[in-house]
Amino acid sequence: MSDTPGAAAAPAGAPGTSYHGQPILKAPVWTWEIPTYFFFGGMAGSSLGLAYATHVRGDALAARRAWLTALAGLSISPALLIADLGRPSRFLNMLRMFKVTSPMSVGTWAVSATAAATGLAALDAVGLSPPGAISRTAVSRAAVLGRPAAALGGLSLASYTAALLVNTAVPVWHEARWTLPVVFVSSAALSAGGACAAATPAAHAGPARRLALIGSVAELVATEVMHRRLGMHAETYRSGPAARWGKLSRAGIVAGAALLLRGDGRNRAAAVGAGALLCAGALATRLSVVAAGRQSAADPRYVVEPQRARLAARR
Amino acid sequence: MKLDVQTWPVAYAAEAKPRKGFFTDTSLCIGCKACEVACKEWNHVPAEQHGFSGKSYDNSLALGADRWRHVAFIEQRIPAGIDEGTTLVEAAARAEAIRAGAPVTARDGMRWLMASDVCKHCTHAACLEVCPTGALFRTEFGTVVVQEDVCNGCGYCIPACPFGVIERREDDGRAFKCTLCYDRLKVDHTPACAQACPTESIQFGDLEAMRERADHRVAQLRERGEDTAQLYLSDPDDGIGGGGSIFLLLDEPEVYGLPPDPVDPVRSVGETWRASLVAAAGLAVAIAGAAWGGRR
Repeated sequence: MSDTPGAAAAPAGAPGTSYHGQPILKAPVWTWEIPTYFFFGGMAGSSLGLAYATHVRGDALAARRAWLTALAGLSISPALLIADLGRPSRFLNMLRMFKVTSPMSVGTWAVSATAAATGLAALDAVGLSPPGAISRTAVSRAAVLGRPAAALGGLSLASYTAALLVNTAVPVWHEARWTLPVVFVSSAALSAGGACAAATPAAHAGPARRLALIGSVAELVATEVMHRRLGMHAETYRSGPAARWGKLSRAGIVAGAALLLRGDGRNRAAAVGAGALLCAGALATRLSVVAAGRQSAADPRYVVEPQRARLAARR
Repeated sequence: MKLDVQTWPVAYAAEAKPRKGFFTDTSLCIGCKACEVACKEWNHVPAEQHGFSGKSYDNSLALGADRWRHVAFIEQRIPAGIDEGTTLVEAAARAEAIRAGAPVTARDGMRWLMASDVCKHCTHAACLEVCPTGALFRTEFGTVVVQEDVCNGCGYCIPACPFGVIERREDDGRAFKCTLCYDRLKVDHTPACAQACPTESIQFGDLEAMRERADHRVAQLRERGEDTAQLYLSDPDDGIGGGGSIFLLLDEPEVYGLPPDPVDPVRSVGETWRASLVAAAGLAVAIAGAAWGGRR
């Protein structure tokens, strides 16, 4: 950087020109809770789609396991989101308004509504009714609407978190506005497939296994495409924590998918191992993307150079 | 799809006041840091422990939760003899040599740039647009302010700001930035920094008047041969719809740590949501394919 006295007189606009090498942007303050939530929210969201599809297909057992997997993911999510707030006691302020310009606002409402619908679908699937005056038939009737609502909500949970990151000034996120959502839904699909395949008896786990495999291939391809299209910004994925998490992510996904294929749907232990590997891979993807954001914000080059090029092109 | 949040002056109707703003003329800044101090005093911004940064006279380095005004110091070598009739070619060659590491001699001059930075109070303010609680709002003066009793410290505004202005105060958990002295504006007072500035480098008033003054001043400086004098954020058609704080700079923005062509990231939120919808639809197709695409 232009830290040395001699370089201070570099021609204005030369690459690397900056104020004593100081970052221009403030790095995101989110700690591990947020990428971990991205993982659980995506896993749960995609499981909801799978639950609904298997329900429609008529496999009550596979659907039940998927609803419960989703419910587990959705139960962890609020705790992670609240823990990351600077003022956790004020988490309800999130529901003061609904703003389409803020994916975080849209997402908070989506998580809340989806969790309610999922609770209903899961209650019906296990054949319970909540304590009190509500009967099982009432639950069943409500679940007729609750199931598709949960599935739609699930699709939004799997994708909105990418919009949340894209909607910032962090170059490596903002410039990936078409590819990051694909990476995120793929990551959601493979983790949901992996988790549901592990939670479901082999004879009923065909859809989950296939979803895990489709998601794995899509994730590896989408990540590669994202890196290529990011140009200079892709450097952040090749260094530091972002690169290390990225490597772990690829290893987990490839190993998990291979194990799932080899288990061929008869070996439950292999499915559990594969599910764990896939979920670890999906979590590592989210950690890698958030780490890349931090690295991208820390280097003024990623802000100045593309903006300079944009100005030059306009002239 | 264009999502435009119009809160001022529309939302205020008859209570809307003329838009207020700063014009920071860095050609008049003497680096006294009175603005930094006055801001801290008036707004009860906590003190910080700085070490010696080694970066000219600047130890506070950037705007943040505990620095709502920040004075930048840039030391630039001016090639030898530039004021004594050296030709431009010779001067450029000398500058090139210094850049390449040639020792600086007593004959080489120095230019010291000083500039007081502040929140830009953008027309299209990303921090405000992404804030999920509504803690960030636009005042009747068209400025952008955080309501500290509403902010829950979600941190979304921080990476959203294309200038790196707003920041979370770690021991407090909430986000803080310049309020353009909202309390003082309410009682027709000048913001503390502008009041304290001894050289009128920081000027305050109706934004329209500030723009006119800036146009006049940059023309004046250019006439005097300050070829690199330029206005920053004075164009209402730029990526943030123009700043509520405008600046006159003597070098390119990035030299002062400012982005040369800032854009409100929320401007493309329509596209962002479209991409998200496409991905969600793709996921639905993948799930359907997985459910119905095999024997079991």
